[in-house]
Amino acid sequence: MYKAVINVTLKKSVLDPQGKTVLHALSSLGFTEARDLRVGKHFELTVEASDRKLAEARIREMCDKLLINPVIEDYTLELEEAQGAER
Amino acid sequence: MKAAVVVFPGSNCDTDCFLALRDVMGMEVEFVWHKEADLPKADLVVLPGGFSYGDYLRTGAVARFSRVMEAVRKHAAEGRPLIGICNGFQILLEAGLLPGAMLRNTSLSFVCEYVWLRVEDTKNPFTRALEPGALLSIPIAHGEGNYYCEEDTLKMLQDESRIVFRYAGADGRPAAEANPNGSRDNIAGILNEKRNILGMMPHPERATESVLGSQDGKKIWESVLG
Repeated sequence: MYKAVINVTLKKSVLDPQGKTVLHALSSLGFTEARDLRVGKHFELTVEASDRKLAEARIREMCDKLLINPVIEDYTLELEEAQGAER
Repeated sequence: MKAAVVVFPGSNCDTDCFLALRDVMGMEVEFVWHKEADLPKADLVVLPGGFSYGDYLRTGAVARFSRVMEAVRKHAAEGRPLIGICNGFQILLEAGLLPGAMLRNTSLSFVCEYVWLRVEDTKNPFTRALEPGALLSIPIAHGEGNYYCEEDTLKMLQDESRIVFRYAGADGRPAAEANPNGSRDNIAGILNEKRNILGMMPHPERATESVLGSQDGKKIWESVLG
């Protein structure tokens, strides 16, 4: 079993209205040091795979097909072997 | 003319479309449930507005994998008209049948109001009964209608005259103040390359009877009727 953590943000070139609003809220709360804020999405995904390479390939396929919209979003993927790999 | 209105779980403008097309426009209309593998023999297919699959993940992201979408693709590939309204537009974008993507409105608010649309292109099945520059009063109702595409895509849409509607002021100018959601270039509706697929955020089905405040939406359906 492999556990993936996928973090999604809007691409740098895409304006993030939500992030902008939250940043404004921070500065109006007195956190004037806050400079830049992007709101994103976070997936925790467990997959069954015979090896790490296959797990990563399948997860990237899932990202491309459904989890991410490559027109507006970028993502990072962290992958680790989960407990209970040998059952 | 026969029209098919696709119904996804969470569609909520399906009945509006059905009634506008049947009772006002006199078309023969049929609902098609998203699990169907085939469409009835239809001249026009409508993907209506709503919140398909609760807008989970991204608007339209799940609906585009519905079984019926293969048949919808086939219908469009044969050159017949396909219109996606609001959530239907979002589904067409996610399905890759139209370029670009939708972002949250810059206001972060759900916007529900009448807007002015300037007709930019009339060489397509959806606005051929109109004159370029015509102004239509049609309502919008969405939280994610902020159309985004990359620079080269925008240029392609402009160069190929695939922007059908722009948000405009009452004076007909597509000014920044008239943009209700932050869409690039005030885009409210675009065509595919073959010009038989239209995606638009405003709801022409909600502007078909004077009691609703406007009948301008009829001109779009009249164009389809030819």
